[in-house]
This record gives sequence, structure tokens and C-alpha cells, in this order.
Amino acid sequence: MTDHSLVIDKEHEEAADDRTMFGFWVYLMTDLLMFAVLFAVYAVLRNNTAGGPSGRDLFSPELALAGTLILLVSSFTVGVAMIAARNGLKNQALTWFGITFLLGLAFLGVEAYEFYEFIHEGHTWRTSAFLSAFFVLVGTHGVHIITGLIWLGTTLVYIVKRGLNKPIVRKLALLSLFWHFLDIVWIFIFTVVYLMAFV
Amino acid sequence: MKEFLIGNIDGKALPHDYHTILGSISFFLMFVFIVAFLTYTKRWKWLWNDWLTSVDPKKIGIMYFIVAAFMLIRGGIDVIMMWLQQVLASGSDGYLSAQHYQEIFTAHGNIMVFFVAMALIFGLVNYIVPLQIGARDLASPFLNTLGFWLYVAGVVMVNMFFLLGGEYAATGWLAVAPLSGKEFSPGVGVDYWIWSLQISGIGTTLGAINFIITILKMRAPGMSLMKMPLFTWGSLCSMVMAVSVFPLLTATLFLMFFDRYIGTNFFTTTLGGNPMMYTNLIWMWGHPEVYILMLPSFGIFSEIVSTFSRKSLAFYKSNVVGMIGVSAVALLVWLHHFFTMGASAEVNSAFGVATIIIAIPTTALVITWIATMYKGRISYKTPMLWFLGFISIFALGGISGVLLAIPPVDFQLHNSLFLVAHFHSTVIGGVLFGIFAGLNYWFPKFAGFKLNERIGRYAVWTWIVGFFVAFVPLYILGLMGATRRLDRYDADTGYQPFFTVALIGGLIICAAVALQAVQIIASYMQKRRLLDTTGDPWDGRTLEWSVPSPAPSYNFAVIPTVSSREPYFDMKNQGIGKIKYTDIHMPKNTGFGIYISIFAFLIGFGFVWEIVWLVVASILGIIICMIVKTFNDDSEYTIPAAVVEKMVEVQEAKMRSLAKGANHDEEDMGLMQFIKEAPVWAWNLVRGIK
Repeated sequence: MTDHSLVIDKEHEEAADDRTMFGFWVYLMTDLLMFAVLFAVYAVLRNNTAGGPSGRDLFSPELALAGTLILLVSSFTVGVAMIAARNGLKNQALTWFGITFLLGLAFLGVEAYEFYEFIHEGHTWRTSAFLSAFFVLVGTHGVHIITGLIWLGTTLVYIVKRGLNKPIVRKLALLSLFWHFLDIVWIFIFTVVYLMAFV
Repeated sequence: MKEFLIGNIDGKALPHDYHTILGSISFFLMFVFIVAFLTYTKRWKWLWNDWLTSVDPKKIGIMYFIVAAFMLIRGGIDVIMMWLQQVLASGSDGYLSAQHYQEIFTAHGNIMVFFVAMALIFGLVNYIVPLQIGARDLASPFLNTLGFWLYVAGVVMVNMFFLLGGEYAATGWLAVAPLSGKEFSPGVGVDYWIWSLQISGIGTTLGAINFIITILKMRAPGMSLMKMPLFTWGSLCSMVMAVSVFPLLTATLFLMFFDRYIGTNFFTTTLGGNPMMYTNLIWMWGHPEVYILMLPSFGIFSEIVSTFSRKSLAFYKSNVVGMIGVSAVALLVWLHHFFTMGASAEVNSAFGVATIIIAIPTTALVITWIATMYKGRISYKTPMLWFLGFISIFALGGISGVLLAIPPVDFQLHNSLFLVAHFHSTVIGGVLFGIFAGLNYWFPKFAGFKLNERIGRYAVWTWIVGFFVAFVPLYILGLMGATRRLDRYDADTGYQPFFTVALIGGLIICAAVALQAVQIIASYMQKRRLLDTTGDPWDGRTLEWSVPSPAPSYNFAVIPTVSSREPYFDMKNQGIGKIKYTDIHMPKNTGFGIYISIFAFLIGFGFVWEIVWLVVASILGIIICMIVKTFNDDSEYTIPAAVVEKMVEVQEAKMRSLAKGANHDEEDMGLMQFIKEAPVWAWNLVRGIK
């Protein structure tokens, strides 16, 4: 292979990276629009409690705050992990991604506990339109977190097996974008769903 | 145990009325025929390696056309059944039950919009856009094949009720709530509806993302946005709209799904649900959807008018701004579909005015086409005739649309056949004629030979006449008070003569479609005469004509450098400099698109029949596919420069020998000659297999 074609190969690869990144941003926008629908639906239905409990009766602000803090910290750790990955520090990257993974699990635990409590008390998505909207909005975010965890777990296995090669660092960059995106969506959920309930 | 294994499927789900039995038998025969043919000609491997797993956008485009052509016939049969019922049901029950009639019109709407028009547009965009922008493939070849196969999964899902379940949604093509809720539609029809749209809709979103990136990031050097060909501009506008509204459809369908399956109360009439919210959400997607289909078609017309007037397009910038304007305003008009909802006069008039405003950029587009034709040397080839048909029909649709946009008028005409006639004027005129024009125009690029002009002209004129005979009566019926989705009526309403004329129009349109099929077959029979050996049969102006027909797998041996809006026109005038070949990187074929789509189909199927293990297993299947794909770093192969040079030489030699053997003496065959020669030709074809 001549030097010339090496240059072209490099350009070819960088252009491909660039496209993947841009494509992922557009994908995130579509995902955000899906959440926008769920937020709009929640806003329309939040007072339609049909005689059932309202948000003020149900929500525990402490629990929501705990979840928020866990997720915010995980956003920080995923950032640190990305710096390590970009610098090729395999062990550090693995550690920080591992912590992110555990924080994600903890967040899911908090959410699952909250859902369990509500359902246990007999307030399910069948109870009222308000609760339907609540469960679906928060649950959709939870499903995204689960997706993120599966993705993160897979890439961790990949790094252990094959090391921090170029394609995986590219995929990790997308993963960290996804994680930050979920964080932002959660901040809106925290505000619109939990805080607004007490206004 | 039985419930665990096969969910709600029982003996009643098997085909038992005449239409499901007939449907099942015809699907079975088609299946047997295809399997027998492939086995007899030993083509399984060829099919799998060369087509099904291909990531080449050109092949995917052609597969879109083939599936869409089948679905066009399927949706067309629905129309004739509906009109026949309406003719017969004057003061009697006709030949269809009310339930069956309503299933037919729901299926007709879904099939024509999703599985015909969308597919044809995606097919054209797949084939032509990379060629127009000087790209070799798409930003993500994998997402493209995935999008196509998800569409196919949707096609299978929408026809699945013939085999199992025996009923489709009887709710209208958007399945408005609360009618589509579990309370009023307890059967599996709406579930099939949800999952066929959900699966193909997700495919559309992925495809649209892919095309946006391709158009914005992969243009040939020198091609700035304002030098892009107009079909590419139309496609870009359309794909941006798709990305903006298809997620709304996905979310809305999920909410409807939750209402039906786990008993949430989003769109129910009880416990605080809000059915009008469904109508709002679905139209926020549904209205722009029509423009998603329309914009590429506008782009096609721009290309055709410019080529066949032998002038560059007049007012290029106005045309681009016009298309952007149409797509922007189209996102803000959804409420005009339900002025009668009871919103305040202010809200209604705001949406009415927004709707009327759309006429302005649309008119700007028409003016650029007329200005292009002005003083042009127009040659009235078939694509140009489709364009003129479009202008006449679309004007009718546009004017009736402006009428409907006035809320007080709409209160009179809401849900009447006037609306149906308006919609079909815009969609047949604007979308379908655009697609036909594009297929005629680019056919040489797809197949290597031009289409028969004589029979093409017959087809255009038959279509135009058929359209007016079929739909003018519907305008009149609408003004007389006939509602849409009408399956029977009193004899003294006087509707019957008009419905009869409409049915005759429908039959004329059937003849037109048959003529289109004849056009393609006749062209194939006279292929040696119609051969396109230059790659540039129409004296084209854009880059797709600079490559041989059909285009080689790598599209461009050398990526061209662009310096104007009509790069190929300049190349022809100025000549091309010395060519230097470099290595070409091409994506490898992959079967993951098919595997994931099969799992997606099974998820939908599992939900329709409530088979939990199937859903769980299929979700796991998709996850495993994605993981395996993550571990697969090697998705490209390289064609070395020397090989490229060799391939180009071989291609050119082949073209030269074809040109020598070409026979331009005869004329395009007419209908009589076709009827005389076709049987012998067909017999030879059958004998020659193998």
C-alpha cells in the first residue's frame, strides 16, 4: 500500500466517524421527539386523576431526588471514562465505565422500588389517565436506561477481550452521548413530573 | 399450556370466509410458484447473495419497486371492491357486510400510503440520490437494508390477517380513538394495524436519518447545498420532515398499544382518557406524511421539466425556498383535519390561514416549472406528459384544498366524499404521477434500456381520463351530502348514477395500470432497439447520467468534482480531464437486516396473539443480533485502483459491442403488435428458462 492510499484510508475513516456521530445526533433528536410526545401527553392528562390519587399524594420527592443525584453522578463518571478511553487507558476506562454501570443499576433500582410501591398500594396505570401517563413516561425512560446498560455491558466485554481499539472508542463516544441524553431527559422528568406535582 | 404456546390463536382464527380463503390460497400459490421457480432454476444462492443481503442502494431501490408494485395491485383490488359495493348498495345491502367494507377501506388507505407510495419514493431516493450527489453508497448501508426489511415485515404483517385472524382494522386508515380501543374493536384487526405501521414506521425513521446524513455529508467535492440537484433537495426536505414526524407516530402507536394491551387510559372515554388527543397526535404525523410523499415528487418534476425543455431550471433558488417553505408550513396545519373538534374560532382560523398559506410556496414551484418551459425546446416524451397530467389534476386538488381550508366551508364538507376526492386529486396527481414520471425518466438508468414511448403515451392518457371519470363524481357526491366510508344508502338519495360513473373510472384506471405493465413488457421485448448504450438517453444535466446504464455497483469509478448546478451538462460541453483511478471502499453485504426484521415481525405477531414467550425470545434475538454486529469490525472491502480501471475498460467494451448490435430500425411497437407478438415471446421465455 502506497503512502497516498494510506492518507486516503485515513480520510475515509475519519469521514465515516464524522457521519456516524452526526447520524447519532439525528437519532437522538428523533428519540427526543418521542419523549416530547410523552411529555405533552403527560401535561394534558396530569390533572385527569379520575378520583384516584394525584402526584402530590403519591410522589416522594426524596426518592426522586436520590434517583436524580445518582443519574447526575453517572453522567460525570461516564465523562471521566470517556477521557480515559480517548487516552487509551484501558484499566481506568474499565473502572469508570464499571462505576457508571453500577450507578445505572442503582437508578433502575430506585425507579423499580417506586413503581413497586405504587402498584403494591393499588395505584397502577389502569387507575387513571394521569397514572397511565406517569408510568409510560417514566417507564420509557427506564427502558432507555436498560438499553444503555445492555449496550454498556456489551462494550465492556468487548474492551476486556479486544482492548481499546479505534472502532470501539468511536462506539463509546456514541454511548456516552446517549447516556448524557438520558440524563437531560431525566432532568425534565424530575421537573415536570415530580417538582410540578408540588407546585 | 396451549395458551402459553400459541396465545389466543384458535380454530376460529383460521381462514373461513370467502375472502380470507381466497387470499390465503393466492398467497400460498404465489409462495409455491416462487419456491418452485427458484429451485428449478437453482437461483436460491443468487437470490440470497446478490439481492436479499445486498447493501447496494440501487438493488434495494429495485426491491422496493417490486414489492410496491405487488402492493399497488393489492390496494387496487380493494378500490374496485369498494366502488362495486357502492354501486350495488343503493337501497340494498350490496355484496359486502358493513364490517368487511370498512376493513377494505382501512386496508386500502394503509397499503396505498405506507406500502405503495412510501415504498416507491424510498426506492427512487435509494437509487437516484447517491448517483445525483456523486456518492458510492449511503452513510450507513446497514441501516438502509434494515429499513427495507422492516418495510417488508410491515407488508407481511398487513396481509397476515388473511392467513390468521380473518379481520383487519375496521377503523379508517388512522384508526381514530376511541373506536380503535379494546372496548369497541376487541378483535385482532387493530393489532395488525398497529404492528404493521409500527414496524414499517421505524424502518422509515431509520431510512430517513440515513438519507439526511448521506445528502448532507457525502456530496461530491464542490457540490454546495445550492448546487444540489432538485430531486435531491426534494428528498432532503422530505427526509427531514420524516425524521420530525415519524417519532410522533411511533410514540402514538405505542400509547394506543398500551391502551389495548395493558389497560392504560390515554385515549379511552373513561377514567380521564382523552380521545381527541389521539386525533391531534396522529394528524400531527398524518398531515406531514402526505408532504413527505409529495416533496420528492416535486423534485422529480423539476428534473424532468428542465431536461425535456432543454433549459436549466428557472428560478432555482425560488424552487428550493418553495420546497423548504412547503415542508415548514406543512408541519403547522394538522388541525384542519378536524375543525369540527370544537376548538375556538381563533384556533380554527389560525390553522385555516396556515393551510391556505401552503398554496403560496406550492404556486411558486409551479411558476418555476412554467418559467422553465417558457421558450424551451420542449419534447413531449412520456415523463413530460405525466408532468402535464400532474399539473391539471393537482390544480383541481389544490383549489379544492383551499376551499376545505376555510373552516365554515369545512363544517359543511367535513367527512364527505368531497374530501376524499380532494385527497385523491393531490395524492394521485402529485405523488403517484410524480413517481410514474420518475420511473419513466430513470428507467434507462435502472434497466439499461428506455421504455416504449407509444404505449407509455396510451397509459398516461388512459390514467388522466380514468382519474377524472372516477373522481369528478365524488366531488359532486360530496356536495350532495354523501359521506366518506359510506357502505349503503337509500335509493332516493340519487347517488347511484354517480357511483356507477366512478366505478367505470376505476376500471379505466385499471386499464391504465395494465397498459403500464404492457409498456414495460413491450420495452423488454424490443430491448435491442431501446438500448441505452451511452448512459445518457435524454441529454441529461445531472450526475446520474454521467455513469453507464445500469449503474455499476460502485456508481462512480472516479468521484467527480462539481462546479455548477448542472455538472454533467458542463462535462459534456467542456470534456473531462485526465482520469486518475484510486482504490474504492465498498460495504460488504449483510444478512443482519433480514434477521432483525424477522425478529421485529415476530415481536409484532407475538403481541397480536399475546404469545409472551415469542415476544421475549424475539427481543432477545434482536439484542443478540446487535451484539454480534458490534463485535464485527470488518464490514468493508476494497477494490484496488488497477481493478477499477480494468472494470471500467470491460464496461466500455461491452457498451461498444452493445451499441454495434443495437437495432434502431424498427419503431416502438404499438398495442396491436404487442398482442400479436407477446404470446410467442412469452412461450419462448418459458421454454428458455434454465
